[in-house]
Amino acid sequence: MTDFRIYFAGRDQIPRDIVLGRDERLEMLIIALPGVSCSIPLHIVLEGEGARANVGGVYLCPSDERLDISVTMEHKVGGCVSNQDFKGIVGGTAQVGFYGRIVVAHDAQKTEAYQADHNLLLTDTAKVTTRPQLEIYADDVKCSHGATVGKLDEDAQFYMRSRGIPEAEARFLQMVSFLAPVLAMVPDETRRAELSEQLEMAVRSVL
Amino acid sequence: MANDIILKISGLHAGIEGKEILRGIDLEIRKGEIHAFMGPNGAGKSTLSSVLAGKPQYTVTSGSIEYMGQDLLAMSPEERSVAGIFMSFQYPVEIPGVTITNFMKSAVNAHRRAKGQEELKAGDFLKLMKEKMAFVQMKSEFSKREVNVGFSGGEKKRNEIFQMAMLDPVLSILDETDSGLDVDALRIVANGVNALHTPEKASIIITHYQRLLEYIVPDIVHVLKDGRIVRTGGRELVNLIEENGYDGL
Repeated sequence: MTDFRIYFAGRDQIPRDIVLGRDERLEMLIIALPGVSCSIPLHIVLEGEGARANVGGVYLCPSDERLDISVTMEHKVGGCVSNQDFKGIVGGTAQVGFYGRIVVAHDAQKTEAYQADHNLLLTDTAKVTTRPQLEIYADDVKCSHGATVGKLDEDAQFYMRSRGIPEAEARFLQMVSFLAPVLAMVPDETRRAELSEQLEMAVRSVL
Repeated sequence: MANDIILKISGLHAGIEGKEILRGIDLEIRKGEIHAFMGPNGAGKSTLSSVLAGKPQYTVTSGSIEYMGQDLLAMSPEERSVAGIFMSFQYPVEIPGVTITNFMKSAVNAHRRAKGQEELKAGDFLKLMKEKMAFVQMKSEFSKREVNVGFSGGEKKRNEIFQMAMLDPVLSILDETDSGLDVDALRIVANGVNALHTPEKASIIITHYQRLLEYIVPDIVHVLKDGRIVRTGGRELVNLIEENGYDGL
């Protein structure tokens, strides 16, 4: 069993440099709760074959936070898998930057590297800059990256409200459901339930 | 009698994105009545149901709608729902990450709070869910599924009728509920709608085809064309449309 680590930005010491040797695994989730402004630089090097890195992130920046996340995922050897899944809800006048770099070295064949950063923007005055970057020097790799900045889905909002669910509750449900896939990576059920309760409280506090 | 009137629409003009679609609708619906709205594509059928349910993208430019003596147009979609209006969507929306149970719990408790009732206890809620799921022949794992995600066309429409049964509306609006349904699903949906109908309630059935109206028999049939009601009659109008088409009326 690999340790699944959850780090709260602004409270926990988040490791900056992580090196993964042969068949080593990294499973981590970074959480930034409302009110936390900081920069999170993360440099992960996969230098042993069969290494796997799974990095999730949730950030809630509803007021005037300044948050910068920069991840460099470096595949030095082949046969490694990395996955990054970040989700953010950003409102008020908050400013969030997400810089994700995936570097696949010349010989790192059979690399799989994925990265996603999806954002819900609650106000026009908030700002999200999401900049994924791929540097691939090998030719036999599977890599993908996706970044979106969107608003709450109007049709889903209307559907819920047409069933009597008040607007604030409909917003809440949609935000919680937006974050749910990242939380699903927490393997332990009790821990996952605790965490989702904590995040639900945080989401409710920002409605 | 005036207090038999559930819905009264007067001189309704409405549209979307600056385009007028409904061009003067007048209508009265009384307790116990089932009204069918038929008409070709683009006649304004779905606009009418969207305006009744309060879809924000639609604008009413003139006219009024009174629902049980209240100004419907001044009410939010959730207030309309709590007051007893239910629309079965033509295209039910997928809500990933929200289970049917959580969705319905939010809806049912919102209705109860608005009526000054206490929220349902977990056990009572599950019992109600189970009863209404059986009503539309949904298997028990249905409650754990995410709202409409990966549902077949028939499942989506049965889910709509399930929600209708849970919320027990006074005025139900079925917007093209028959589209994309096979005969079995159509029968389940129609039986559900019929079973929920009482002399105290009313329904609006919006449909392009006469098929659904073989199962749910309307009292009054309206033909909508170019945003106006061009003809109103009894159920015999359905057969007339089938024989002659909308142009032959």
